[in-house]
Amino acid sequence: MKPAPFRYLRANTLEEAFAAYAEAEGDCRYMAGGQSLIPALSLRLQAPSLVIDISRLEELRGVSLEENVLRIGALTRHNETLHSPEIAKYAPLLSKAAPYVAHPAIRNKGTIGGTIAHADPAAEFPAMILALDAELEIASPEGRRRTPANGFFQGLYETGMEPGEILVAIHVPVFGVNDRCAYHELARRRGDYPLVGCGVRATIEDGVATNCRFAFVAVGPVPQRALHAEAAVERQRPDEGSIAAAQEALARDLQPDDDSETPAAMRVHLAKVLLGRLLREIAGNSQKAGLAA
Amino acid sequence: MSAALHNADRPNSYIGRSVTRPNALRLLAGKGRYVTDIKLPRMLHAAFLRSPYAHANITSIDISEAKALKGVHLVATGEDLAKLCKPWVGTLDHFRGMKSAPQLPLAVGKVVWAGQAIVAVVAETRAIAEDALNLIQVEFEELEPVADIDLAREPDATRIYPELGDNVAFKLTVESGDVAAAFAKADGEIEATIISGRHTAVTMEPRAIVADYNAPEEALTVYHATQTPYQFQDLFSRLYGIRESRVRVIAPDIGGSFGMKLHVYHEDMSVVGLSMLCGRPVKYVADRLESFVSDIHARDHRVKASIAFDKEGTILGMKVDDVTAIGPFSTAPRTSVVEGNQVVRLIGAPYRFRDYRADLSVVFQNKVQTSQYRAVGHPVACLVTESMMDRVAQQLGMDPFEIRRRNIVTQDMYPYTSPAGYKFERLSHEACLEKLHKLMDYDRLRAEQKTLREKGIHRGIGIGMFVEITNPSPAFYGVGGARISSQDGAVLKVTPAGEVQCLISVGEHGQGTETIIGQIVAEHLGVERELVRVITGDTDVTPQGGANWACRGAGIGGETALQASKKLKANILSVAAAILQSKPELLDLRNGNIVDAAEGTERLPLSEVARISYYRSDTLPPGTSPQLTAAHHYSPQGYPFAFTNGVQACHVEVDVETGFTKILNVWVVEDCGRIINPMLVEEQVRGGVVQGLGAAFFEECRYSETGQLENGSLADYLVPMACEMPDIKIDHVETPTEDTELGAKGCGEAGTAAASAAALNAVNDAIAPFGASVSQVPMTPQRLLTALGHGSSSSQKR
Amino acid sequence: MSERVPVSMIVNGEEVERFVEPRTTLGDFLRTDLELTGTHLGCEMGVCGACLVLVNGKAVHSCLMLAVAAEGESIQTVEGLSESKEIADIQRAFHNRNALQCGFCTPGVLVTAHEILKQEGPLSREEIRDGLSGNYCRCTGYEAIVDAIEAVLQERAAKGDSAELAA
Repeated sequence: MKPAPFRYLRANTLEEAFAAYAEAEGDCRYMAGGQSLIPALSLRLQAPSLVIDISRLEELRGVSLEENVLRIGALTRHNETLHSPEIAKYAPLLSKAAPYVAHPAIRNKGTIGGTIAHADPAAEFPAMILALDAELEIASPEGRRRTPANGFFQGLYETGMEPGEILVAIHVPVFGVNDRCAYHELARRRGDYPLVGCGVRATIEDGVATNCRFAFVAVGPVPQRALHAEAAVERQRPDEGSIAAAQEALARDLQPDDDSETPAAMRVHLAKVLLGRLLREIAGNSQKAGLAA
Repeated sequence: MSAALHNADRPNSYIGRSVTRPNALRLLAGKGRYVTDIKLPRMLHAAFLRSPYAHANITSIDISEAKALKGVHLVATGEDLAKLCKPWVGTLDHFRGMKSAPQLPLAVGKVVWAGQAIVAVVAETRAIAEDALNLIQVEFEELEPVADIDLAREPDATRIYPELGDNVAFKLTVESGDVAAAFAKADGEIEATIISGRHTAVTMEPRAIVADYNAPEEALTVYHATQTPYQFQDLFSRLYGIRESRVRVIAPDIGGSFGMKLHVYHEDMSVVGLSMLCGRPVKYVADRLESFVSDIHARDHRVKASIAFDKEGTILGMKVDDVTAIGPFSTAPRTSVVEGNQVVRLIGAPYRFRDYRADLSVVFQNKVQTSQYRAVGHPVACLVTESMMDRVAQQLGMDPFEIRRRNIVTQDMYPYTSPAGYKFERLSHEACLEKLHKLMDYDRLRAEQKTLREKGIHRGIGIGMFVEITNPSPAFYGVGGARISSQDGAVLKVTPAGEVQCLISVGEHGQGTETIIGQIVAEHLGVERELVRVITGDTDVTPQGGANWACRGAGIGGETALQASKKLKANILSVAAAILQSKPELLDLRNGNIVDAAEGTERLPLSEVARISYYRSDTLPPGTSPQLTAAHHYSPQGYPFAFTNGVQACHVEVDVETGFTKILNVWVVEDCGRIINPMLVEEQVRGGVVQGLGAAFFEECRYSETGQLENGSLADYLVPMACEMPDIKIDHVETPTEDTELGAKGCGEAGTAAASAAALNAVNDAIAPFGASVSQVPMTPQRLLTALGHGSSSSQKR
Repeated sequence: MSERVPVSMIVNGEEVERFVEPRTTLGDFLRTDLELTGTHLGCEMGVCGACLVLVNGKAVHSCLMLAVAAEGESIQTVEGLSESKEIADIQRAFHNRNALQCGFCTPGVLVTAHEILKQEGPLSREEIRDGLSGNYCRCTGYEAIVDAIEAVLQERAAKGDSAELAA
């Protein structure tokens, strides 16, 4: 199980990376943490002629607060996301999902930008940036552009990035005083890709939920928001009535495929159970997340 | 750890003590030497092109491009190796009527499972060998795969090997007493179908082999990650026509085996031929994807069982029909039918009912070959027996402990022959059951269960009894014509410095064989344990023996070491008596010193006896001939097997909304006879339990209808991990076998034997209030949700 | 075969310079080029944890890193950690508790144990198990490993306490 031969280039600047990409005429792969790419190479599922290592690009590093937006560099490692006080304070849904991302050693190396650009529907962070209304900062030889996370994931491992573009940072609007969130997933074993994962986030004022965002992991070819379920709770009290309505609506939001172990109906069932539990959690625990904490 | 210490006040009393493993120190420092680590001068690397189809004719193979790749030394097809290697057949005579097709290292003409090796490439590096695989063109003509145990037995089924007539490898009926009469007089009768998933061993070190053929000497040296070096010496010699004495098999550190590393594998056989063709050492290490499609699988059984009982809860009889799916042929040299044979013979083993009938059908499939994996047959037998016992208890409203108390074979009944013909010298079911009851604080758990149920928390308690086969005599394989030795040998020598080397045929794979052999030798010789060096795993060095299979290291290897120690001690005392002008019977060896047997007064250090014997034999009385090396071979001669027993309990919590289960606790009380090292016994049991829990909740080789393994990677075949496994409490009862002086039996299968049965019973206990039950392992969330009536979640499998 | 390229890194405190094929993983490089066979490859896809090494002090799968990408980095393997005695107490606890059987997963488990034990504050058995969640062991059933790590934790805490008292 050894990779097919390829050339390797370590890019010191974005420009170097773009130039190498152009020269290879697209027969190449960018490598950030490499935690998904290297297994794909070893399994010979991918055999590019060139691997461009972008893991040392300084401009892709760091977490900083810019007005009301938290800018998370694409090379922020999962372990940094897990332990970052800024992320815990301003984008706590990521902190809550981070412990579920693979295993400690993978978290030491894997990056948030890598997992988002890879767009694995069974990965936690791609779905979470949907719930966070994040924007993605993307670089190309032509310059930088910003694009909303919602709409970014277009198909299995397909994103709105053009060939050769590099994800530079994730911009997350900071949590407000009344914003709450929770994440949980059902995985066969700790650290496995889940059967279903769900992050919920809402603003709860006077017991009423607004800005509801329910994002699901591993329920289809792309990370997915549950818009009908969100609508069932939006401007409602997250009580048993609205929760049941949201669960009911979920069947319209999620159309997973059958696979040999997990039939579609079971996945939807598990998603409903998970959503109910998470909504009860954010309804009942106002102290758990957000600036007030 | 409650095992009694024996002779604890004597010096060198090591038997019964939890001493550490000397050989673990090098493994902890990263200085182990596994076959995967071995690098010989001019060594080349092999890789194999494998069949993508489960069943197909090979219509053409084009290797020209692969041969031309720089760094490639050899590309060999099935025909090339068939010129060197004789075919082998995985049948044994004592399984009457069994059949199986001959096998060759690489496919010739057709492929019979997805993953079968077709072409071998030998290159400078493994990576280059893999590059070359991509350049080989093979054309196939697809045949209908045989991938279902029922369809395979249809009259018009596709035959995997038409010349065999049908797809049934073996049929067996075991009958005892009058089952029909037992069922006729019963107050109640329950029928169920119990299904065990197909498993594989997943050793952490994959299969690995380095073959080094030396043409000038016509000699072969093989570094082989194997449990049974002598068995492979015989096989390599016979199949490749190399003189036996010139075949050397070395088993260095082995990264896990669990029964998987003693079968004939096509790649392993190929590598020997590849080295002969290249004239250079050739190494092959299965990568993990290859492991899943080439390591043996096991335990693919569907058992239809009926149990008859009276209203007091006495079991009157059982009927079972076991259909088990093997590979396209029976695995050599142990066959693929032993597992089924043991399933039908172990069902009901702890209980006293006499009327029993079992039918076994062993069915060929276009899937990976199956054979013995840890606790062969035991887990399936326990699943059937123990779940049926609980079903009866549930129907009668009887406590699971109570129904077992009423039915177990009791102390007054030994020696006892089971309906299936197994002879039990002495087992300890009553003592184990009562000890377990106390150990797990059963009554408190039941009270807690009741309280928690009111709060919507669903916990379950399950128990599972087991009988384990250990210390096999030649009755196991030898009588069937297998060249598999059930005896072991030890050579013990005193070095000139007065230290001791023990060369022994049983091997070390982490279970602690070398340690316990060292304990036995040190104690029975009378020297410090630190002075005993145990050496294993080299057919040029260690004496002939069966090595490691079916739980025999402690019981057979241990007795061999004990008897060899006594022999050597007698020799030492005889020389010492000559030196001291005393009599051997007046002397003893204690703590490395010759002492007066009566008073214990030190007379002479052992090192002095050795020095004189080796360097100054001129000073010894005339006629004294020091024999400071002693050899001994031992094979079981009394009971054909030394059976052990025990009981396990499992405590789980089921999330009835999601079907996810948390394993809270496991308790085990086991009786492996004389315990040599309680810590090592307990670690064998713990590791075994966890493999059984893997079977219960996680592990299953899932095949598609076309015979494709769907989850053949370490990310997809789920083995138990740290977070999901519980702490395991263990206690012991000691019933030594009287067949040996040592009294030890095996303990390697005990953990695995009943763990999945106890877990199944625990889950069924947890979900009983919902009127639900499961009878299939692994108990996946999907299966539990289906059982719990979340009908929408039933499988819509392709 | 692709062209070999130069790479230099610090391995167990020593600078090494080699030419490697870019496709060579760090795990293969350590085992084959440097003959540091203590690091084991169990799955080559980042699942089993047998190949863990420290890269700049952090546990990383050596099968999920290219050797060329380790340019300038400091790598520690089980051999180096043993020789430096950094993990001597962990190894001792593993030996005493028999927290290994075949030993194939052990180098990776030791790297994880080392990382777990760097965390501050007391750890529950559940937290230790969580830390071990990426390490396969097929022999022990994990309990002995958890016990051994717990023993080191307590031993180190006791030492810390006595050091504080002395100060």
